[in-house]
This record gives sequence, C-alpha cells and structure tokens, in this order.
Amino acid sequence: MTTATFSPEVLRLDPEREAERICARIRELMRREVKRGGMVVALSGGIDSSVTAALAVRALGARRVVGLEMPERHSAPETLALSGKLAATFGITTCVEDISGILHAVGCYEKYDQAVRQVVPGYGPGWSSKIVISAVTDKPRFTTFFLVTQDEKGEQRTVRLPLEPYLQIVAATNFKQRVRKMLEYYHADRLNFAVAGTPNRLEYDQGFFVKLGDGAADLKPIAHLYKSQVYQMAEYLGVPEEIRRRAPTTDTYSLAQGQDEFYFSLPYRQMDLCLWGKNHGVAAETVAPVLGLTPDQVRMVYEDIETKRRTTRYLHLPPLLMEEVGWL
Amino acid sequence: MSVAEEIRNFVVDNFLFGDEAGLTDDSSFIREGIVDSTGILQLVSYLQERYQIAVDDEELTPENLDSVRRVAVFVEMKRGRAAAGA
Repeated sequence: MTTATFSPEVLRLDPEREAERICARIRELMRREVKRGGMVVALSGGIDSSVTAALAVRALGARRVVGLEMPERHSAPETLALSGKLAATFGITTCVEDISGILHAVGCYEKYDQAVRQVVPGYGPGWSSKIVISAVTDKPRFTTFFLVTQDEKGEQRTVRLPLEPYLQIVAATNFKQRVRKMLEYYHADRLNFAVAGTPNRLEYDQGFFVKLGDGAADLKPIAHLYKSQVYQMAEYLGVPEEIRRRAPTTDTYSLAQGQDEFYFSLPYRQMDLCLWGKNHGVAAETVAPVLGLTPDQVRMVYEDIETKRRTTRYLHLPPLLMEEVGWL
Repeated sequence: MSVAEEIRNFVVDNFLFGDEAGLTDDSSFIREGIVDSTGILQLVSYLQERYQIAVDDEELTPENLDSVRRVAVFVEMKRGRAAAGA
C-alpha cells in the first residue's frame, strides 16, 4: 500500500450491510449459545454503548432490550441526559441505578483519595483529579503515568505517579466498572436476559477494559469495529447528534479525561489508522504523512500497540486450569 | 555483589518467580515479555530506594532500563554523577 492509497477511507464501511450482518449474528448467538430472552446494555451516554443498544434494538426489538444508567459522584453531568435521549430515540426501557452509595460503602472514594494524598498531601474536598500518560515522542520511552490534580481555586499541578499510589488509584477506580457489571448481571438475571459488552476494536484489541468489569459480557457486538466505524454506524442507525459529537471520555475520574490522555497514545482517528496500518502491514513511512506524524512516531505507536497487546493479554484469558477438565 | 548482579536478582525474584529462564544481561525486558510498564515502575521504585538515586521523567527510556546491563550502567552513571556533584 502507498501513501496515495492509504487514507481514512480504508476505514469506510457500508453501515447498512454491517448492521444487517451484526444483527443476524446477534440473533444467531442468542438463539444457539446464550439462550436468553433479551439484552441488558449499560448506557453511558457515549458512542459505543449507544451503538450497541441501537444494534440490540434492531436485532431483537425494543421490548427485548433494557438500558441501565449508572451514574456516580464523578460522572459527567450530561451523562444522564444523553443516555436518556438515546433510550427515548430507540424506545428502550431504562433503569437508573446511582452507584455512588455502593462505591462509598466499598471504600472506593476513600481508597482513591488516600492514594492521591501519598503524592499530593493537600488533596481533599473540593479538589478533583485524573491520570494521564506520557505523550508519543520521537524517542522511545516507557509509558509513564502522571496524576493531574486541581485544587478548589482551579489551580492544576501534575506529578509523576510512583508504583504504589498508581496501582491503588487504578484499583479503586476499577470498583466503578465492576459495580456496574454486577448490577448489569442483576438485571439480566431477573429478566432472563444476556449482558452486552460495549468495547470497540481499539479498546478490545488494546486491553482498555477492566477484567470482570466492563470486560465481562455475554456478547460484544462491536468489538470488531474500529472507533471511526462505530461513528459511521451511529450516524446510519440514527444515534442522536449530541452523542455523536461528544468527545470520547473515560467518565471515570473527577477531572474530565479523554481516552487518549489515559490510555491511547493518539486521538482515536489517528489511533484507528495506526492500528489498521499495523494490522495490514502498512509501512510507517506510508502512514506517517497521512496522520501528520513522523515515521519514527508511527513506529513508536506500532511498538506501543504491540506492547499493550502483550501486557494486557491476561485480561482476555479465562481462568487457567492445571489440566483440561471434562468435555469442555 | 555488583550492581548488575543485584539488578538481576531483583528481576529474577520479582518478575520470573525465581526461575532465570534464559535471562541474559542483554535480554530485553519488554520484547521478551519479562517486565511491562507497571513492572518498570516497580523497577524504578527499587532503584530509587536501593541506590538513593532520582530517576527523571525523560530518563524512563528503554535505553536506560530495558535490560540488566542497561540498568546497571544507568545506575552507575547516576551514582557517579551524584558523587561528582557531592
């Protein structure tokens, strides 16, 4: 492939055909494997959960889909309005479960704050924070995690996170995804429904999910779609424009955080093309000018993709057995 | 015990569960899947504590930290600088 033929168009799909294909597959899996009467989809107000819900409705009918809205103390204020609009658009019944109380009870917020205070002793009420990663540069370097805090006056500071507070911060925030999944399965069990997972290809491939949290599901209808393709599907399926225009966010930390700040080395459009390029053996020299990067930077991203695949492989693994058991 | 031997012992103890498994002083921690980015944080914490050195953000590179030999050279360089500055 040459620079002349490599462009964002490589990610263009026929959304009508793809929707048909996914819906047929959902029905087949529900009938043959899952054997449950419908699907629970956690709605975050983001593009992935919206497209997953829209596909579920198209595949199974609105009465067989329940949307769960699970805000917590640090959720973006617009989240509920957006997920509500999505549910109204597709005629989905929803349940709202504010998970702040559960998170408080398990010590999520307290453990998080305690970890942050190890590096920023003054951190307390009125402050907010997030984790960001080091940017891609021309020079190879290890991914480094930084804590950004903002005090009551709006003043921000950034500090590199040592191992222990970093691990505790991530462990504490992982409660959010796991509590949500617990509630998804509660509603799935009471309805005899299945649970839909909502990762796109970037997230699934690169291990951007919490094991037994948002990584857990019975079906993952869009895990094969690049994020740019999820947006194409959203437009075709009629997902409200406010959701399609919203920048991807983790909606996990008290300071607003983009996915590219926390996990991916580049914004999703560039990341998609790098992932596609790597998957199809496209040379860094070909990809670089299309993305406005240097070939060395693209090589860094290719390397980062490989490293993330290797280091997050265990997230995809089922529990490992000492030997094969029975007919499974 | 030399710095290289100490680093090697740390890596074998913490990342290889005591099995050297073909680890050489030039084995790439990352490429050979011995240490991931969290492991690098763990290694850096060890270096800072054991050798009383500060590791700057821009020093967190494979060039400095991606094998037993590279880490040992890096530590010696940092200690040499600290001694020269003292």
